[in-house]
Parts: sequence; C-alpha cells; structure tokens
Amino acid sequence: MTDTSTSDRPLLAARGISKSFAGVEVLRDVDLDLRRGEIHALLGENGAGKSTFAKIVAGVHRPTRGTLTLNGMPVEVTSPIVAQSLGITLIHQEPISFPDLSVAENLVLGRADGGWLARVPWAEMTRDARRLMDLLGVRIDVTRPMRGLSIADQQMVEIARALASDSRLIIMDEPTAPLTPKEVETLFAIARRLRDEGRTIIFISHRLEEVRALCDRVTIFRDGNKIATEDIGTLTDADIIRLMIGRPLREYMHKQGTTIGDVALEVENLTLPGVFSDISLTVRKGEMVGLGGLVGAGRTDVARAIFGVAPAASGTIKVNGKPVTIASPDAAIALGLAFVPEDRAVAGIFRTLPVEQNITAAVPGKIAPGGFIRGAVEKALASDSVNKLRIRLASLRQPIGELSGGNQQKAILARWLLTDPTVLILDEPTRGIDIGVKAEFYDMIGELAASGRAILLISSELPELLALCDRVLVMSEGRLTANLSRAEATQESIMHAAVPGAASRQGVAA
Amino acid sequence: MSAIENPVVVSAREAAPPRPLWQVIVIRPETMTLVLLILALFGASLLSPYFLDFGYILRSFTLSAEFAMVALVLTMVIIAGEIDLSPAANMALSACLFAFAQQAGIPMPIAIGIGLVAGLVMGAINAIMVIRLQIPSIIVTIGTLTLYRGIAQVIAGDKSIRVPEWFIGVNNVLMAGIPVPVIIFLVMSIVLGLVLGTTIFGRQIYQIGTNEVAARHAGIRSQRIKMGLFLLMGLVSAAAGILTASRLGSVRYDLGLGGELQMVLMAMLGGTYIFGGRGTILGTFLAAWLLVIVSTGMTVANVLPAVQLVVLGVLLVVSIIATNAIYSRTQR
Amino acid sequence: MNLLRNIFLRREAGIAVMIVLFCIAVGAVKPQFLTLDSLRIILLLTPLIMIGAMGQMLVIVARHVDLSIGSMLGFSAMVTGMMFKFYPEIWWPVGFLVSIGIGAALGLLNGVLVTLFRLPAIIVTLGTLNLYRGLTYIVSNAKQIDRQFVPSALKSMSQTSPIFGIPWIIFISFGIGLLTYGFVMHTRVGRQIFALGSNPIAAPLRGIAVNKVTLLVFTISGALSGLAGILYASRWGFVNPSNTGSGFEFQVIAAVVIGGVSINGGVGTVLGTVLGVLLLGCVAAALPLLGIPGTTQSAIYGAVILIALLIDRTVRQQGIASLSRARA
Repeated sequence: MTDTSTSDRPLLAARGISKSFAGVEVLRDVDLDLRRGEIHALLGENGAGKSTFAKIVAGVHRPTRGTLTLNGMPVEVTSPIVAQSLGITLIHQEPISFPDLSVAENLVLGRADGGWLARVPWAEMTRDARRLMDLLGVRIDVTRPMRGLSIADQQMVEIARALASDSRLIIMDEPTAPLTPKEVETLFAIARRLRDEGRTIIFISHRLEEVRALCDRVTIFRDGNKIATEDIGTLTDADIIRLMIGRPLREYMHKQGTTIGDVALEVENLTLPGVFSDISLTVRKGEMVGLGGLVGAGRTDVARAIFGVAPAASGTIKVNGKPVTIASPDAAIALGLAFVPEDRAVAGIFRTLPVEQNITAAVPGKIAPGGFIRGAVEKALASDSVNKLRIRLASLRQPIGELSGGNQQKAILARWLLTDPTVLILDEPTRGIDIGVKAEFYDMIGELAASGRAILLISSELPELLALCDRVLVMSEGRLTANLSRAEATQESIMHAAVPGAASRQGVAA
Repeated sequence: MSAIENPVVVSAREAAPPRPLWQVIVIRPETMTLVLLILALFGASLLSPYFLDFGYILRSFTLSAEFAMVALVLTMVIIAGEIDLSPAANMALSACLFAFAQQAGIPMPIAIGIGLVAGLVMGAINAIMVIRLQIPSIIVTIGTLTLYRGIAQVIAGDKSIRVPEWFIGVNNVLMAGIPVPVIIFLVMSIVLGLVLGTTIFGRQIYQIGTNEVAARHAGIRSQRIKMGLFLLMGLVSAAAGILTASRLGSVRYDLGLGGELQMVLMAMLGGTYIFGGRGTILGTFLAAWLLVIVSTGMTVANVLPAVQLVVLGVLLVVSIIATNAIYSRTQR
Repeated sequence: MNLLRNIFLRREAGIAVMIVLFCIAVGAVKPQFLTLDSLRIILLLTPLIMIGAMGQMLVIVARHVDLSIGSMLGFSAMVTGMMFKFYPEIWWPVGFLVSIGIGAALGLLNGVLVTLFRLPAIIVTLGTLNLYRGLTYIVSNAKQIDRQFVPSALKSMSQTSPIFGIPWIIFISFGIGLLTYGFVMHTRVGRQIFALGSNPIAAPLRGIAVNKVTLLVFTISGALSGLAGILYASRWGFVNPSNTGSGFEFQVIAAVVIGGVSINGGVGTVLGTVLGVLLLGCVAAALPLLGIPGTTQSAIYGAVILIALLIDRTVRQQGIASLSRARA
C-alpha cells in the first residue's frame, strides 16, 4: 500500500553526492530522492557505490561534495550520532553490539540524555525495551547479554533501536544474507509495517527476488554512478541485470576447455560439530568445482578445515588418492594444497611488508635453501610473478598495502602459484576488486585449471559459479545440499539448494 | 589492550607511488638512535674527558651488558608481536638457583647447568601460557615476573648467597682489551642481527608480527617460532643472571630489580615497534650504548639515582612516541 | 535465561566458597584464625588494596591496565607527608584533598599518554611507574617522613572505631566500594566504561567519547591511589620513598583478576573484586599464623595472578560454549 498522504517533498534529497578515498572517486554526483513511506532498494555489484552512499546518508562517511536535504532542510550528517538525532539509523549486516552489556542497554546506548553522572533508569529501560520487542513481535529476553544472540536477533535489536529513537529513515545494509528464510519473512513483515507507519526504508541487497518481494522503487548503481531509479514493477530481471553490469555477463566470463583427469582432492564425511557435518566432495585435476551457498553456510569453514587452519573433528581427506592428515597449513602446503582466503586484509597480506616478501611468503625453501635468504633468487621469483600476473606496482619493495585491492589479490594468488599447487582453493577471490581486474582474474583461474590443477572455487556470486565451474556444489547450514553438473546449474537450482528448507533447519547452529 | 584503529577500509585504490629511496634509508628510527648516540657522546665528552677514553666507556658498559644481551632477544620477541616483562625476574631466580646449588657443594659446571635449565623452564612456562593457552603475553609475564622474583625471595630470603672467589669478576677479564661480557654482547648482536636480517627464521618473525593470521595461512609455523623465542629469552636471561652473579660476587633475590624497564627501553629506543612487525637488532645495539652513555654521564655528573630513574621513564615514553610517529609517517 | 549472569554469579559464589574453605582449612590447624580478632586483622590488611582495586577494576574493564598505582600511591603519600611535616599548621583533613588531587593529576597524565599518543597502557605505566617513583625520591630527598610528623588524628583513623570496633579506614574502603558500585551500575558514564571495554571499535559509533572515558578511568585510578596514599600514612604512620606503595600494583592486579574482572575488557563486578581482595587478605593473614615467612608473599601473589588468568580463560570458554549450545 502506498501512502497517499505522501507529500510532494521528498523525505531525503541527495544532490551531487561524491566521495573519494585516497584520491580515487568511488561515488560520482549522485542525485536521489527518497519518499516518505517507501521501501527503496539500492542495487549494484560489489564496489558499485551503493554501500558508500548509504554510509554517507548514515554519517559513517562524509561526502567529498554534495548536499543532503532532510524534510526540506539542508543537513550535515557529520557522525552516526548526528544521523540518529536526525532520525536516520543504519543497520549493519553484522550488527554492532556490545556483547557484555544487556539487550536493553544496547538499545539505549548512544542516546544523548543527561551528562556523565546521569542515572541509568534500569526499570524504565527494561520496560521500554520489552515494549519495543513486543511491538516487533520478537521474543528476546532483554535482560540477557548480547553475547550469544543470533545475527537475526541482533538485527531485531538494531531495528528496535531505530524505533526507540523514532527514526524516519532506516537503512538496512544486506540484512538478509545471514538469515534463514523464516527470519527473512519476519524481517520483511516488520519492514512493511514500518513503511505503512510512514517510515522510509533503504534496503540494500544482491537478491533480486527479495527486492521484488519487498521494495517499491529501486535505484541501480554502477561504478560509482547512479544509473537509474524506477518503480520496481516497470523493470524485468533482465533489465536490472543489464543496468547493473552494463553488458551481458558471459562476455567476459567464459569457460576454457580443459581435460579433466584423476581425482586430486577427495574429502569424505568431514565433520566439525556445530559448524559443518558429513561433507564429502571430490575435485579432479583440471576440474573447476564451485562451492555455493549463503554467507554462514559453512563453506569457508570447510576450506579452512581442508587446509588445516581449523581442522575438522572427523572425516578423511585424500590427496592424489593417498589418505593424509592435515593438522596445519604447512602440512597442507607440503601436500600441494593452496588456499586464497576470503578476507585478504586479515588472512592474506602482510600490509606493511614489501610486495616481494608477500609473494614469496609460502616458499621459504625456494628463496632460502639452507636457511639464508638469497636476495637475487627472491627478486627473480617475485618479478617473474609480477610479470606473469600483470601486477601493477611501482616497486617490488613497496609495502603491499599501497597497492589496489585487485593487485593485492593478484599478489596473494602469485604467492600460491609459486608453491606449484595441485589443489587450489579460492574463497571469494573477486570480492572487492575492480571489474576490469576481475575479468583478468577469471582468465587466470581458467588457465590454472587448463594446466591441470584442481580448483575449488567458493563464491557468493552466482554468475561467477555458473560461468566458470564444471560442477557446482551447494552448502546450506553446514551440509552439502546439491551437486550440480554444469548443465544442471542455474541461478534457481543453486539458490533452491542454498536456502535452508524449513524441515532441515532445526538443531543446526550457525 | 588493543590499539583502536579506524576501521575504514578503502578497497578501490590505485597503487600509490613509492617513497624516494633516500627517505626509505634515512627516515627510520635507527637513524634517530644513531643521532642521539652521537649527541650523547658529544655532550658526555664535554661533561667529562673520561668519555673520550674508549676503555672507560667499555668498563661502564659492563654494568648494563647483561640487560643489553637480553634486550637483543626481547627485540625479536617484540617484533614477533609479543612481549616479555619477566626476564629480570628470571635472571634473579636463575642466579639464585645457580648460587644456591654451588653453595650446596654441587660442582660449578653442573650448577651453571641448573641455572640455565631453570631459565629455560621459566621461558617455557611463559610460552605455554601465551601460546598454548592463548593468554596475552603482557599480562602473563606480569604474573610470572611476580612469581619468579617471589620464588627467588623464598629461596634466598633476605640473605646474599656468595659465589666462590675465582668465579667473581668476569667483567674484569679482558680479551683483546675488551671485557668479556661486552664481547659476548657484540657476538650476540652480530649473530642475532644476521639471524633476524638474513635468515628465513628472521623473515618469518617479521611476518608473524605483522599479521599472524596471514602468516599461519601462508604455512608459517608461528607457534613454533614464538615458542622458540620465549625459550631463547629464558635461556639468555638465565645466562645473563649468572654473568651478573659473577660481576657482583654474590646473589640476592633483588638482582636486576627493575631491569625489565631498561630492557624494554633499549628495544624501544632502538626503534622496535611496540605493536610488532618492525625493528632491528642494530637499533637495539645502538640504543644499548646510548643508554649506557646517558646513565654513566648522569652518574659522572652526580645526578641522583632517583633522577636517573625519572630520566629513564621519560626516555621510554618519548622514544615510543617518536618511533610511532616515524612509522605512521612512513606507512600508509 | 541470564546464562552469562549465572556464570558470574557462580564465579562470585566460587570465590566466596574458596574463602570459606580456606578459612576452615587454616582454622583446622590454627583455631585462633577463626576468631573475631583475626577477622579484624584480615580487614585491616585490605583497605588499601580494596581502594586500589576499585580503580584498577575500571581500568581493566576499559581494556587497559595501570601498573603505576604503587608509585602514584607513594608519591601522593610523600607529598602529603611533607605537607604535614613542613606546614603542620594546615588542618590535617586537607591532606586528603592534596593526596587525592595529586594522584588524580598523575593518573590523568597516564591517560593523556595513552589516549593522545595511542600507546599501550602497559608500556606507558611501566614508564611512569619508574618516573613517579623517581619523583618521589627527588621531592623527598630520599628521606622518610617519620611517625612524629603524621598527625595523630590521621593515625587514629586506623585504630579508633565509630562502631563494632571496626576502624574508620575500613569503613572508608567499603564506602569506596559502594560508591564504585553506584558509579558503574547507575551512571551513564559507568555503563559507557563497560561498553567501551566490550567493543572499543563500536563505541565511538554509539557516541561514546572514547578518549574522555579513557582519561576518566585513569584519573579515577590515580585519585584512588592518592586516597590509598594518605591512608597508608594513617595505617603505618610513616611514608618511605622506596617502600611506600612498592609492589602495590601486583597485589591489586592479583585481587582484581581473581575477582573475575576479565583482562579482555567489558566484564567485572564490584562484588567479585571485593571478594578477591578479601581472599588475598585471608591468605596474607594466615601466612604468619602458619609460620610461613613473609618472603613468600610475592611468590603467592604471582601464583595467584597466574591461577586467576587460567580460571578466567576457562570460565570464558565455557561461557561462550554454553551460550552457543543454548542457541541451537
């Protein structure tokens, strides 16, 4: 239902919003009007600028240029606190919480009332918190600490926070990624109710079907530009995808013909209680196997278990047909495994160390036979990799933190290629890198498979899985739910297996 | 007790131009240490002509040589992202056990062995608490600092344990005109400098200190390396304790009391980054001489020991601030 | 419900049980340990530690640590003592203001170094531990303030009692405990300290002035060390530049950590800390009775800190495990 009382004046009007990080413009001259009582979707690929825009509205970032007008009044949203006092709340995908404080305290924290020594009105606070929870129809004990609440419940607490401060604009940044379908339904019901109360909701998501189910209008971002704002009903899925990527996908993603050989990696009944169970899979030489599923389905945990970062409790792993025990990454490397982790900054790069040291980190034996590092050998290996992977840098001695995300990722890939792996596990390898570098990346991965390596590709981007992989495995809530051949794999079949069914959902911890 | 970093992640960024080579070479904490060392030498020689006598400086250095040896290993521990505040207490307890053993009639070589093994055990206790049980080293070693010195006090009480006459005075034994403890320090500096600067072991220490998670993912056995560092720390502390016993001629439970400050100070003054991943043996080496000249200079100038304590405290804080400033300039 | 809270309850109950068991065990060997008289001895051993522990608790909850409290205690006691010595005409309760004020200033300096230069508190306070101790020597010219200079009214606070034969100084320390309880549980900034320690990255996003709160906890820690300083003069009747407050930090950290304050920040209760202090007091009182020499005290504190760290770690892991089990 669209509120007819919506005045002509938009709730929030953005004009010419631009944002640069370190001299690189990630958002260019965005104009956008948000109406009262609408749910407005922001769509776009990773790095398209939709999250940056939302964070500017929420006061997390300051725009380099441009103005925001709220209710006809120009406003400066200088911090999240200011945003909150203006009635704007951002709900993060991983909600911010203070795990040692109670739910009720988390609800009111940050509300600016009274000085330092102002009394904490425990009774009132608890009562208000209960009222808000009842209002949302969720059953969370407000006196328990936040630690241990599920992500869905934490999101509910954030929404309650927005209500507590009577926010008129609520921004949800990919809220559904970690949720089960039932939780998504609850969230949507609440979102619709808030809209019907006249509040405005910005909904950021990758999932078209969700956007269709929930949103009134949609704005599409690409490469830092706003491309279009339309009523959702006027666009087909194909339109939206075309607007998002600017050209058909298959143009730059293509599968190279490879010959598939013997089984390189075989995993049987791998189980880590509470995380994943009974995972069995094989990857053959020259084969590229995709591993799809929702965030939190346990894909990364399986990869970490295979690679020995956090070994499984039971199950067997065979490499080239031989049963092996992998208790740590160095054992995995010795067996010819390689693993490009998901979070580059946390588990990949040594930010302040030179690029060459980053590239040679996994091959100590090659650069330092006998323990002493041979500078010339290291330099030769590193510059060879830089040329092969076309890593753009100014100097091999430059700290890797000075390179762009895509080139950092190439350097990590280079590190693993130096180990000459038989099995290469890639965890979201194209996350947060530019579209141009992405295409290069796909080519490289393709070549690696063609040269007879076994590749396990974990990805949340369905087009990536569909275009590159010979087979696609799907995980849901810690279990393998599908093994699809290239012919069987479609967006629908993957999502169908990824979204947990109501029956299988009980009793599995996230 | 973590530093609160600004969590803004910039993903889409082109490669920044590298810094000019001269900046890379000149703007680094060791340069600061070297300049300070030259200034200190200059100032001290104005204060007293003694400082122009190299032999005098060498003799003064023997008073701090034991701490300086431990500071070299501590530098490696800090680069690896950990810290150890217990070495001075370790020195006291190892020395007490050694002195107690030889007084009980155990032959000297075995007594020394007992002292060294005790040091290793203390290092191992730190290592197990920090690495196996994953408790922050900063708080673990505060606990073990109290415990080790406390046990030394239990063993020695308020008495001094004497060592035999012939064992006294290693600091007065000269080789090529250089006191033996200084020679040990020089040799250790060269060996550890080479280890840290040119071997894969040293390289991996930096990588662990920069990003331990990434190091583990790259197959670097970080736990084993850190375990080794804590054990080395224990062993060298014990050796330093026994050398101190020889210099002083007797052992009390308060041997090396407060030494952790001087050791941390040497590492910090030498430009070791308190959050790990950066620092050099050369820096600590220079800082040790700097510290000796500053404190000897103060003694010559009749500065009260208490004031010296104040100066050391101020130096520590200032050196960390300066090091941090230099690193934050050079890292983007 | 309230799983985590139950764990804390158990934690505090656990310390209480330890105290009781310890007393019974000692009492079985030396029955005089279980008399009111020895209770008085235990209580008299604790007031300074109690006061210092309240400040240290706040610092540790905020994810820092303050090693300089012993030196702050010594310095403020020394300056106050010198005031008594050289200006005997000044009304003696002014000494409280002087001592607390000086402690607060020293604590503020710690806080400034930690926040302004973003340095780890442990290194900063290791530096100021020596700095303040050195200053104590300098201002005092390395001379002790002897008994005759400490006002007898001040000294009698540790002997005379308003009620039940319990000296004033003990009431003061428990008063500070109650004040701290009110502060952390019922004021906005008190809760902000816990929020900051619980998630320092998110704290500024919720409008918590991280630097100001950090300055505050260090200042409070300094001020309470100052209070402990003048009470030291009251309790022992002298101020010595080297002994006064030396090793205080280890006793206090031992008490706080055994009282269940987590070194990972965000977790800690006044009740737990008080019980931790009392347990240490019982141990300290039992040692001479059992004929164990005083030289073992330091070793015992060290062992206690390590054991408490182990307990802390175990409790935390079990807590997380039980919570995630409860989610399923």
